Amino acid sequence: MKIDLRSPNIVMKLSKLGSFHQSKLSFLRSFLREFKDWEYKRDLFELNEFGYGTAVYSFKKNNRVYSLICFANQLKEEERSDRVIATKWDAAFTLHDGIPTKRDIERLKNEVPKQEVGRLSYKELTLSRANKSVRVFNHVVKNLSEGKQPDVSLLSSVGYLYRTTAVYGSGKFGLADRFRIKNREEIYGPFRLEMMLVYLVRQFTFDQVNHVAKNINPKKAVNLDPEICRNLGIGNSTGLGMAPFIVNHPTLLNNWVLARETILKEIREIKEVKKEDSDFFQKCLKRSIKNITSWITESEYQQKKIKSLLNDLNNFINFLEKDFNFSNEFPFNEIYKWTEKNSGDECIEYIVSMMMEPYDQIVDPLISKMSSEEEKYFNIPANRTVSELREILENKYKEIIKIDFSKSENNQNFWFISKNKEEPRLADRFDEKGSELEQPLAIARDIKKLYEALSTSKNSSTIDKFLLKNNHLRHVVRRAFIVEKFPYSEIQDNTIGKSIVPIDMLRLKLSFFGALKFDPRSDKWLRICMFQGAPLPQQLKSYDDSWVYNSLN
Amino acid sequence: MKSLSEIDTVSKRASRAAGFDWGVAEEIGKNIRMLEMLGMPGIKNLNYYYRIRDKKNFEKLSLISEENKTSKLEFCPITAGVSFLDQVRSLENLNEIKFQNIAFPILFLPFVSRASEVVGKKIYLKIDNRDFLLNYGSSIYSNSLNNGITALGNDITIKFLDNVDSFEEKEWKELYKLSENTFVEENDSLKQSGAGAGLTDND
Repeated sequence: MKIDLRSPNIVMKLSKLGSFHQSKLSFLRSFLREFKDWEYKRDLFELNEFGYGTAVYSFKKNNRVYSLICFANQLKEEERSDRVIATKWDAAFTLHDGIPTKRDIERLKNEVPKQEVGRLSYKELTLSRANKSVRVFNHVVKNLSEGKQPDVSLLSSVGYLYRTTAVYGSGKFGLADRFRIKNREEIYGPFRLEMMLVYLVRQFTFDQVNHVAKNINPKKAVNLDPEICRNLGIGNSTGLGMAPFIVNHPTLLNNWVLARETILKEIREIKEVKKEDSDFFQKCLKRSIKNITSWITESEYQQKKIKSLLNDLNNFINFLEKDFNFSNEFPFNEIYKWTEKNSGDECIEYIVSMMMEPYDQIVDPLISKMSSEEEKYFNIPANRTVSELREILENKYKEIIKIDFSKSENNQNFWFISKNKEEPRLADRFDEKGSELEQPLAIARDIKKLYEALSTSKNSSTIDKFLLKNNHLRHVVRRAFIVEKFPYSEIQDNTIGKSIVPIDMLRLKLSFFGALKFDPRSDKWLRICMFQGAPLPQQLKSYDDSWVYNSLN
Repeated sequence: MKSLSEIDTVSKRASRAAGFDWGVAEEIGKNIRMLEMLGMPGIKNLNYYYRIRDKKNFEKLSLISEENKTSKLEFCPITAGVSFLDQVRSLENLNEIKFQNIAFPILFLPFVSRASEVVGKKIYLKIDNRDFLLNYGSSIYSNSLNNGITALGNDITIKFLDNVDSFEEKEWKELYKLSENTFVEENDSLKQSGAGAGLTDND
């Protein structure tokens, strides 16, 4: 039986994309699979009694070394902020290409803590900073220094000792451009080095907390139990900076979603499912419920989604146990059809993720295809005709070209870059100033304008002639020809409408990262947790790839 | 050192601020990135061009023909470049294309380089006494290592080069003969077994 890929008109809706969950495809999981055989080492740990100083951690294989350099600094209480207005952080990090010399460390000591206003070099690959969850960190220090383990329920409710507030890569602030390293096989999957940075930062937080506790009470202090460490991740506060990324990298977005959709299609096409595979699917599904019941958020929007997810999942498990037989033909197709009929998007996409768990052989080959050579598709094929371009719009933007942009609610917002932080922001066009400096992220509106302009142009006219009078639409002409080749490259929604929920765009990207426990703090930023339940570096060589469902929390 | 990603982003944003449409600004970002990657003075020329663009008018060349002459003003290198890139498929059959007075011609060059990739032909570009060979958008060979600002190209010529060999047939044969020394002379037995032939060839 041949199953079609799901239509981009369904999958690429923001409400759908905002319901994606981590999976076997997620970058942090594929990072661990790739680096499990690498030699991990703590090369330097020069912290004072309060935990301030420098540390270096590395992964090494053959002649390749990646080193995380950590700078932990004293921070006054009033200086600590996760918001982008912050200029100081509890710790700052960079991933260095190779073994850093003393000179490198001295150079970086001056630059890395400054983050966006510092300058990095082509020898640095990623950059980040993080703040303590002071409440949790102090609680852990106090208990360890008294020879006790901390209160696990407190740790569970937060999930981490530190949270990062940004992770930069790909040429930002002088960091190495991707072209310098893109041919390295170990980083074929997207965001591998960003994942490495976060993973090693996690280990630094454990080492630092142990070190501080030991210095308070050298005789009595104990180390944080490795099992508790394993159940802690790294938090992350993420704002709108991430949203335009998925609009500005259409072929990359396509490759991520296409990988997911291809896997779903192939799993639905399996005629006979082996018992071990169906058992594993059910085992992962049941174990994963803990990740939902421990998903704490004050956001009513997310609470509703979690409640409906749990409800739908319970119904699904009930269906599986009472009414379903895995020895039927094409059982995963039957499951998918059942969820489409009986569940909401959160649950459908959750089960899609879970279906991947037994199938390394389907998932693994697609991981290396999730990167993209975006430059290849940049040139506009200007010899194509107006009628061809119009046909692309009618096929690929069916819903978009029906939107009436003369209505103010469809035109409510604009995206801009803030002058003080050079970060993307969203504002009300009718209440705020600055819409004349709007970024080219109102793709739906501009596609509609393009469609209208094409409708009054001669069918046989070529695009070079069309552009002579319509160069203001050049950016969307380029996109339309990209969408023709890459069906999942475009969000099929209006990103400037009144009802837009920007965190849906963040959630999409973060789900591919492998984040858990999305905790929206408003409609424009959220907190997440990464690597919770992941093996510690010393455990990597023999770890369980379904670790994400082994969390105690 | 600035990364190419920073060069691309800043050039794009500056070009938008200078008044170009977003889609054109995207082209400029990629072009300046290409120039800087190849060691050519992209940022310098773009910066100077935008500095004087506020004070001086430039002619927009939309439709490219065999002879492109300005009436009074110098041609804007960006508009001329975008037009050339977009129209290159209808221009490639022309023997030679001439331009007079393109301002900051280094900014025009990457458009021609990318056009070389689009049509799959090498392009020879002459800017006054400087020669450039543009190889399918992937490299630029030049007799000039001028790292400064070129405010004006008086006479510019573009030729599409046919995809022909750069060597004589005699030279090829000589080299081919030498390469044959890596082959094994086949005897009857090897002819039978070496290619895995069956009992009959005409089944």
